[in-house]
Amino acid sequence: MDPETRQALFGYALRLGDTSLVLGHRLSEWCGHAPELEEDIALTNVALDLVGHARLLLAYAGEVEGEGRDEDRLAYRRDVLDYRNHLLAEQPNRDFGHTIVRQFLHDAWAVELYDRLAGSTDAGLAGIAAKAVKEVRYHVRHSGDWLIRLGDGTDVSHTRMRDALERLWPCTGEMFERDSAEDRLVAAGIAPDPAELRAAWNARVAAVLAEATLERPADGWMQKGGRRGEHSEHLGYLLAEMQFLPRAYPDAVW
Amino acid sequence: MPDAAISDVVGCWGPEPGADATVKAAWTALDGVMDPEIPVLSVVELGIVRSVARAASGRLEVMVTPTYSGCPATGVILLEVETALARAGLDARVSAVIAPPWTTDWISDSGRARLAEVGIVPPPRSGKRALTAPDEAVACPLCGSADTSQISRFGSTACKALHRCNACLEPFDVFKCH
Repeated sequence: MDPETRQALFGYALRLGDTSLVLGHRLSEWCGHAPELEEDIALTNVALDLVGHARLLLAYAGEVEGEGRDEDRLAYRRDVLDYRNHLLAEQPNRDFGHTIVRQFLHDAWAVELYDRLAGSTDAGLAGIAAKAVKEVRYHVRHSGDWLIRLGDGTDVSHTRMRDALERLWPCTGEMFERDSAEDRLVAAGIAPDPAELRAAWNARVAAVLAEATLERPADGWMQKGGRRGEHSEHLGYLLAEMQFLPRAYPDAVW
Repeated sequence: MPDAAISDVVGCWGPEPGADATVKAAWTALDGVMDPEIPVLSVVELGIVRSVARAASGRLEVMVTPTYSGCPATGVILLEVETALARAGLDARVSAVIAPPWTTDWISDSGRARLAEVGIVPPPRSGKRALTAPDEAVACPLCGSADTSQISRFGSTACKALHRCNACLEPFDVFKCH
């Protein structure tokens, strides 16, 4: 693999790993606080899967980079500006409905992504994606069902879902951005074409929103920057909590 | 469209015919390692031991495939596998491999029988539709009634969902098809 492709692959795995890690951590904040016991277990189960995907992706990123950084080093010893996750993932939980909308918008992207990435010419990414896609298929059914139930629910639940959708929609454009590094990966058959992902995501989201009696927001101005390290104010607080222990006791082992 | 995520690789639950005594001993030792979350199943019955082979050095190379990406028991399982092999006096290196991905189709027939015995409905052998098919009707493992409903897709461990019998009113676990 030439150095440019290797660098692009490192960046790609890092973005996917960071997005899984940050969203997994966000979901874990529901542990002990979800509206009912079953949902408490469900959200934390999804969180565990996402953190599992993050471990695989970040370990692989470190291996591709070849500078001796393992998944823990990448997760715990980078600051906000070095994180490459989607802005959607770092948005706060707010209420349960808001969490579900965030999760569904992400899951609908993840399932289309991993489905295609499982056929990547890069064996490392293909292996991770083949494993992850089975799990995210289950996630998207769960978040989609809740979206329908709450969207097509009471006036209060419908209004909350509509507001959450309006609030989060500007974070979705970033999922389909493409830069020169990705051009290289798409050309090599390593990464799927974001335009193809967008079409599949649109179809899936439209079908579920229709059933949820929710109107799809217009694709207006989109908030971007997460993939380049430009984050909202929320990520710093998340990392401060997530990284506290390894920062306070560097290199501690037990 | 073929599903790239689902492989045709089949389960393996013991040494290949003609394997040497050391490899056989390793499989025997591994069959004594129980899954920490479902302790009626050995790691062999669970189908996560992918291969036991002899390296040129004579050392055993044991490949283990994790179940769920987020399964918190994976680390413990690998440790217990290493311990069991060491206790059996075998020089082995244990590695985790993720491809091809584990599927519930790799749970052996004896493993399925053990799950049923403790009241956990075993997953159907239909990995090609893993986690995508509509939730199927399952019979109550306690009274046999077909009148059951799903309470939650997520149960006490990543691999199980929670159901309830509408006849005898008892809740029960279902091993998800993965």
